[in-house]
Amino acid sequence: MMKAGLKRSNAPIFWGLFGAGGMLSALFGPVLVFITGIAVPLGLLLPKGAMSYPKMQAFAQNFIGKSFIFAVIALFLWFAAHRIFHSLHEIGIHAGLGAKLICYGSAFASTVIAAYVLLVLGF
Amino acid sequence: MSKRRPYVRSMDGWWRKNPFYVEYMIHECTALFVAAYAFVLLVGLVRLGQGEAAWNGWLDALRSPVSVAFHVVFLAVIAYHTYTWFVIMPITLPPIIIGGKTVGPGVITGGGLLAAVVVSLVMLALVWRIV
Amino acid sequence: MSENHKIIEIEVLRYNPESDDEPHLEVYKVPFSDDMSVLQGAQYIKDNFDGSLTFRWSCRMAICGSCGMMINGIPKLSCETFLRDYYPSRIRIEAMANFPIEKDLVVDLSGFIEKLESIQPYIIAKEPRTLEQGEYLQTPEEFNRYIQFTSCINCTLCYAACPQFGLNPDFIGPAAIALLHRYNMDSRDGAAAQRMELVASEEGVFNCSAVGYCSEVCPKHVDPANAVNINKTNAAKDYFLRFLSPKGGSK
Repeated sequence: MMKAGLKRSNAPIFWGLFGAGGMLSALFGPVLVFITGIAVPLGLLLPKGAMSYPKMQAFAQNFIGKSFIFAVIALFLWFAAHRIFHSLHEIGIHAGLGAKLICYGSAFASTVIAAYVLLVLGF
Repeated sequence: MSKRRPYVRSMDGWWRKNPFYVEYMIHECTALFVAAYAFVLLVGLVRLGQGEAAWNGWLDALRSPVSVAFHVVFLAVIAYHTYTWFVIMPITLPPIIIGGKTVGPGVITGGGLLAAVVVSLVMLALVWRIV
Repeated sequence: MSENHKIIEIEVLRYNPESDDEPHLEVYKVPFSDDMSVLQGAQYIKDNFDGSLTFRWSCRMAICGSCGMMINGIPKLSCETFLRDYYPSRIRIEAMANFPIEKDLVVDLSGFIEKLESIQPYIIAKEPRTLEQGEYLQTPEEFNRYIQFTSCINCTLCYAACPQFGLNPDFIGPAAIALLHRYNMDSRDGAAAQRMELVASEEGVFNCSAVGYCSEVCPKHVDPANAVNINKTNAAKDYFLRFLSPKGGSK
């Protein structure tokens, strides 16, 4: 006998974004941190001009580059938002709507900002 | 009258009670660093949209020792995320059957880590060719 | 008791609902021999020190699933855990975590029993056959798809290992979902869509955050974490594809 009054969970949306972001950050996270945060700033290993303005502008105007930047920023944040929201619940902070708004809200806002800037940068 | 009075124990600090849970919480916390790095990239993107001077300002900021130190920490923590992500992967996937045999958890984890290494090398090669 | 045995200290979490406001620890000095299980240690305490000590047990051979408890904080079957492996340290035994304590080492399993019922743990024939049509046939490959999930003995150690169940007692939890998966994966069964309503509900699989400890402590290697996580994918497919399917998913 099935239980009565079951409510369908909307988790698949957030779980899907979490899974995609988790996979993307597992595959690309370390190398991206190394390139943008260590190698290029210190001029280690990689060519000095690798992240010069013209190069990055061209990258952000290229359809593949644009999609990549968008996917990295948005999905990393949706992944993190989901995990942090769950961790807050796990350590006993059941802030409910407040925590939800801060976690998913900042991921959503960042997604919108990233999309806007990428559109304004043109094709 | 029933003498029953079931006692419900508190969940406070449950994650400190077992090394397995402590590790779980540590790998959950890697998300904070993934988020921090994504915000750094978001700022970079916004600065790129504001033009060359703004972008160069962001690049300068990345060259500061504090920034480099932070990124070394990000690298270590996010690499740990990569490792734990693929350690968990065998429990999240349906059985993969190749040639009548189920692929073992070690192979799935190893395959994931290998994929991360390949992706990293390809990315480095691509950055090289851009120049 | 055989001669020249050692003495181990067993610390027991005691709770008497008729007199105690909350559980407390009591220590007993138990003589033991190398072949004595933790369960036998508890039986020794009951027979020699305090007849009111309450715990569940039956088969003494890791198949009935009644004697689960926290042993030094880890969910284990006390019949297959040996005192010699802890000696000379003190050993602490407590009622299984995440469940309400009924008395001493006995927990309230009524919520778990209700969950077991709710998953419809029986074959609901895909194509009902009459006696004349003969038995339901199954290939070894079809059998292999679910056999692992039939090994569950309902010991509920996985629930004692699951913080998400502790945080939300309504979560259907590892063992019940593993059994649900066992029937869904059976080629003779056709009720996966019915069970999906429960899987995809707020009490369902998305309570799981892939801690994975349930599978670690399972004494029968059922791997409930895998069953739960496969059903997350199934529930997500159902969520997004229900609009495309002519029959639709659950409500």
